[in-house]
Amino acid sequence: MRRSEQSAAREIPHHFATPRQAYESGKLGMWIFLATEVLLFGGLFAAYAVYRGNHPEVFVYAHRFLDARLGALNTLILITSSLTMAWAVRSAQLGNRRLLTLLLALTLLGGGAFLGVKIVEYEHKWKHGLLWGEQYRPHHPETAQEHSSAPEIPRETPPGDRTNIPPAAIGPPGLASSTDEERAAHASAKEPRNVHLFFGVYFAMTGLHGLHVIAGLLVIGWVFVRARGGAYGPSNFEPVDRAGLYWHLVDLIWIFLFPLLYLIH
Amino acid sequence: MNGSTAVADNYLSHGRGFRSWFFTLDHKRIGVMYLASIFFFLILGGFFAMLIRTELLTPGRTIMDADTYNQVFTLHGAVMIFLFIIPGIPAAFGNFVLPVMLGAKDVAFPRLNLLSYHLYVVGAIFSVVSILLGAVDTGWTFYTPYSTTTHTSVVSMTLGAFILGFSSIFTGINFIVTIHRMRPPGMSWNRLPLFLWALYSTAIIQVLATPVLGITLLLLIVERLLGIGIFDPALGGDPVLYQHFFWFYSHPAVYIMILPAMGVMSELISVFSRKHIFGYKAIAYSSVAIAVLSFLVWGHHMFTSGQSDLGNMIFSALTFSVAIPSAIKVFNWLATMYKGSIRLDTPMLYALSFLLLFGIGGLTGLFLGALATDVHLHDTYFVVAHFHYTMMGGVLIAFLGAMHYWWPKMFGRMYSEKAGRLAAFLVFVGFNLTFFSQFVMGSQGMPRRYYNYLDRFQPYHVLSTIGAYVLAVAFVVLAGNLIHSLFRGRKAPANPWGSATLEWMCASPPPHDNFAEPPEAGDPYDLEHLVYDESIGGYVPRTAREGA
Repeated sequence: MRRSEQSAAREIPHHFATPRQAYESGKLGMWIFLATEVLLFGGLFAAYAVYRGNHPEVFVYAHRFLDARLGALNTLILITSSLTMAWAVRSAQLGNRRLLTLLLALTLLGGGAFLGVKIVEYEHKWKHGLLWGEQYRPHHPETAQEHSSAPEIPRETPPGDRTNIPPAAIGPPGLASSTDEERAAHASAKEPRNVHLFFGVYFAMTGLHGLHVIAGLLVIGWVFVRARGGAYGPSNFEPVDRAGLYWHLVDLIWIFLFPLLYLIH
Repeated sequence: MNGSTAVADNYLSHGRGFRSWFFTLDHKRIGVMYLASIFFFLILGGFFAMLIRTELLTPGRTIMDADTYNQVFTLHGAVMIFLFIIPGIPAAFGNFVLPVMLGAKDVAFPRLNLLSYHLYVVGAIFSVVSILLGAVDTGWTFYTPYSTTTHTSVVSMTLGAFILGFSSIFTGINFIVTIHRMRPPGMSWNRLPLFLWALYSTAIIQVLATPVLGITLLLLIVERLLGIGIFDPALGGDPVLYQHFFWFYSHPAVYIMILPAMGVMSELISVFSRKHIFGYKAIAYSSVAIAVLSFLVWGHHMFTSGQSDLGNMIFSALTFSVAIPSAIKVFNWLATMYKGSIRLDTPMLYALSFLLLFGIGGLTGLFLGALATDVHLHDTYFVVAHFHYTMMGGVLIAFLGAMHYWWPKMFGRMYSEKAGRLAAFLVFVGFNLTFFSQFVMGSQGMPRRYYNYLDRFQPYHVLSTIGAYVLAVAFVVLAGNLIHSLFRGRKAPANPWGSATLEWMCASPPPHDNFAEPPEAGDPYDLEHLVYDESIGGYVPRTAREGA
């Protein structure tokens, strides 16, 4: 294909009749792709539901080892980066190149900060051996003594004490609960079996989400480089739009992950 | 439109050299590359099948030991399912035919289309590598916990299947968008050729089910590499959950296989009966109904896995409901043939085989869908025979029918009718010989996958193996005929069969851009206005002929 043809083809690929047809095709394709992404996570959400249903005590016990404040911080960062991304799409539509590059840079920064916080969290889990499956070797200061002998719950214990699921009358403490004392108090109570299932689910879900954040950053980074070269304008903003849709999906999935893993009792 | 084929610049001659093929954006070339790759894997899978049948000729060791046998039947299954039968019709014929049938210049995303072919190649390489690394011995379903503990190359095989899944998703996205946005003037949804309705329904399943397989295989890989414990009962995980996840994709996947085959049937039966298709809307909507129902029946693969009785009963009842849209199609095809002037050309022979074999396959499915009989027949050769009748008797036969139907369009050459019919006959005979005996021995209790068996099953195994060799001969005849036609075949007219869908309105083989202007679409099954022209050996529109 010759150069002159190529630049014309950027407006409408040769197999489309009208720009509108090309635009709507691209949009429909992107939405279907996003649906497949949701279903990819859908399997993990189903696994979460199954294991939570089968082992509620594991989830109640283990979620306290996640730091809800860091999770909340990450939620804030990701929502803000979604805002800057949406704004970037708008400025591409309006042809404001400087604002576009600035906002894309901010979005990249937000994604990077999210990953940074994630690394801090992972590092904490790693240090304390709070890992998945076979790798689960907890030596959290509060649980170290308990784990060596799996606590047998005596038969004569009153039914109320056999579980560490709090009674329904006690409301969820939300973000305010995760003080070290409370965690220690709870953790030293008794550790249910198969706690590693929670961390298996946690690392699978946040890990896959993290991979999506990295993919999103690569896409936005590519858009950023092209935006600095002035590739986008009012008639040609689709790549920014598509990258934005993808980023919003990544954000949306996190908005489900955060309460499911960090907050719900 | 004048039926001549002498077009200097067609898609085959548009560029030369390896790069012009391997990096082409032309959907027709991508379709041809898919066809070649898929046919290669059909032969590879068939080779493994011959090894299995030869081994089972006598009880005990015949040509290989038990471990090798386990690997060979796993490879047969995995290669046939992931590399041949799922991509088969949609990727090869869908890619080639869909845009031309729509009167479009290309699919909506040509680059994505090329990417999906490249992903197919990469996924195939992973699978072949796992063969070389010491093949997988889990069966193609990779059931946990065995698949996480066996010392064979499960990871590269499942990674291959994961990549192939992406290829399938991208093809599905492309087809949905193309059909939604690129239909020509005059082609309303109710004038969409039925093959495209079938591809559309298939694409919906591909897009909705494949990601779930993707995450399942990813979890399996993580389980194997890192010991995540999600499917490992020793760690509190649930191996039956793996089966639920796996079949949530893999049951709809059998409709990814069969729906395009049914679409091919609608085209073939109408064209070769020279009659308007009967019950167009019923056939079209039943495709969508099958796509929807396919998601509700996966539990029938787990009747004996210890899921709840209530679950079993619900899945059993839902399973029967799939028979309704399937039967709607079969009865409409029969009604189309009724009082038609049927021509027994090679594609039609395959269509008739399909009706009989798929009928047997479908009816024996009822034995397996019913709880009481399934408990007896579960994991016997009855199941093997059942899914070979539907998958091979259905999909493979339709694949061969489609290949003979569109061959003149794809390559501009006619093959020998006589050799084509001979091959079709041999396929039919060989197939029934191979698999009908398996119904009998399965109902008498011969378990599937076993390396050894009781002496009293030997006569059936011998019959089955003879049938497999007949099939092999049939494939040699078939391939020889088609390859011969590429070099020596008579030049094909634009419309050799008298079909009214749009792909027959352009030359054979089609020019690089299919159509300069989007053609006006009419009723795709209005065959009345086409008349045979002796001089070119094909059909032309009545108006063009009278004008001349």
